Amino acid sequence: MSDPSSTAAVAQLSKPSLSDQWAMVSVLWRRDLLKFLRRPSRLVGAFLQPIIFWVMIGGGLASTFSLKGAEGLSYEQYFFPGIVMMMVLFASIFGTITVIEDRHEGFLQGVLTAPGSRVALVLGKSLGVSSVGLIQAIAFLACAPFAGFSLLEIDWLTLMSSLVMGAVALSSFGFALAWWLDSSQAYHAIMSVLLLPGWILSGAMFPISPERELLSWVMTLNPMSYMVDGVRRSFYEASALPLGSTVSSSMTLDFAVMLGSAIGALLLSAWVVERSR
Amino acid sequence: MSTAILEVKGLTVRRGDILALEDLSFHVQEGEVFGLLGPNGSGKSTTFSVLAGLLRAQSGALHWRGEEIRGGDKRALREVGFVGQSPSLDPNLSARENLKLSAALHRVPRAERADRIEQMLQLAELVDRADELVSTFSGGMKRSLDIARALLHNPKVLILDEPTTGLDEGAFQRTWRHLLEQRAARGLTILLSTHRPEEAAQCDRIAFIDSGRVVACDSPAELQRLVSDDKLTVRCAEPAEAARQLSEALSLELSADDSAVTIKSEAGHELIPRIVEALPSGSVEAIQLSRPNLGDVFLHLTGASLSEETKR
Repeated sequence: MSDPSSTAAVAQLSKPSLSDQWAMVSVLWRRDLLKFLRRPSRLVGAFLQPIIFWVMIGGGLASTFSLKGAEGLSYEQYFFPGIVMMMVLFASIFGTITVIEDRHEGFLQGVLTAPGSRVALVLGKSLGVSSVGLIQAIAFLACAPFAGFSLLEIDWLTLMSSLVMGAVALSSFGFALAWWLDSSQAYHAIMSVLLLPGWILSGAMFPISPERELLSWVMTLNPMSYMVDGVRRSFYEASALPLGSTVSSSMTLDFAVMLGSAIGALLLSAWVVERSR
Repeated sequence: MSTAILEVKGLTVRRGDILALEDLSFHVQEGEVFGLLGPNGSGKSTTFSVLAGLLRAQSGALHWRGEEIRGGDKRALREVGFVGQSPSLDPNLSARENLKLSAALHRVPRAERADRIEQMLQLAELVDRADELVSTFSGGMKRSLDIARALLHNPKVLILDEPTTGLDEGAFQRTWRHLLEQRAARGLTILLSTHRPEEAAQCDRIAFIDSGRVVACDSPAELQRLVSDDKLTVRCAEPAEAARQLSEALSLELSADDSAVTIKSEAGHELIPRIVEALPSGSVEAIQLSRPNLGDVFLHLTGASLSEETKR
């Protein structure tokens, strides 16, 4: 304590710097991408799965689907933005459920004892999982011409910002759930009663119908509806958007909800992680 | 002059109704191998969780080279390498990829990274398998790699939570050889927890931990002096009968189990011929004279066996 060499040592005990934080964010981000890109089996599965869902469910329901006011809209086209969002949701679920094991007996233990903060941990993991979801969603966009969308006419800015905000919101929410529940079984349960129904009731599979009051309410309150809306809007000129195909009435509202969800979910997971010590 | 690199004072951690640590205090000198010895559930891992910034203590103080840091504070972690009970590795990445990510995480200078990683792969004796997935490694290999990972950023202190649990004798010896080499090479301070007396005996100093408290803290030799008696183990066909005969003939402090009679005595070597004579000829299979190990000292001080789970 009175040792003169301790002065230098005390100087070393500095608070985590911005570089420490960035190191943590980038390491977690890189790790998820590295693991995704290096597994050919995972890549093939990730790209085939949405096509199979789209062709099977889209084809199966095509003959029964009709939207009042937009009679020319095929179900394959209506369902397409929903599948794009599904890729982001699935990537978020599968990317964050692994946190439960990783945290107690895996790589994350080492991350937790590194100098960066837990907020950096949340951000890095969320960006890693989001990137994996984005890659899968974008790969599926190659099928857009088969749904009657021209790749050249897509509003890419709207599409990408919707996907990024949606991916960050869902992956951060998934992370918060995984950390808080701390049990894979409990996560699976929440996935089946909240996350998957949340996707079904987001306008991904069927449009909102005012006659079904309760369902309409749920769909209006569901943040995922606005993510699907944002993606859907990017495929059409504003004037060509099929009537009644979106939950919200304006793009501004969609963006406000998406941005709010992304920031809110990030803050929620940072809080959950911080209070767990 | 040796200085305390770490001082733990009055650490108390409550988890719900359970008092995991109660007024726990010890200090670790720079460059020493310091061990926490106690059964499972005694509070060793909880102590390390506080040191590693994973858990906040309700009260108590940590001093890092004389400067107070709060429990859960990450400032000291730059100087610490932490090895948990299960390896902090990603099984779906190769050994080299794990080390690369860890080097980036701890901001090992870019120019040094490749060299450091190579050195650490050599240390872990994994150069040949550096590009294979960690999921294909044995327990001992994962442990070596995890220790290499923790040493990658050149920490001053290495904290190891039960580092050799589940390792076979060969891997145990190898791990210790590596640890002691690292200490000699770079003046590393090593802080470890264990429930194995033979592992604690390798330390310079040990703290006995029982029910979240430090019961005793000293060098293994000093602690062993607390129990002066020799231990004689007499293996025979019918230990219960032999124990009765021995207590009649020699009036000794003894106990018997299914395979042997155990006798404590100040001068064990003098007793051996008398024991053999007191028992029917041919009934003794083997007699072993041993000094009490740290497990016996722990039992003597706490009344608890190291191999038992502490009920809390």
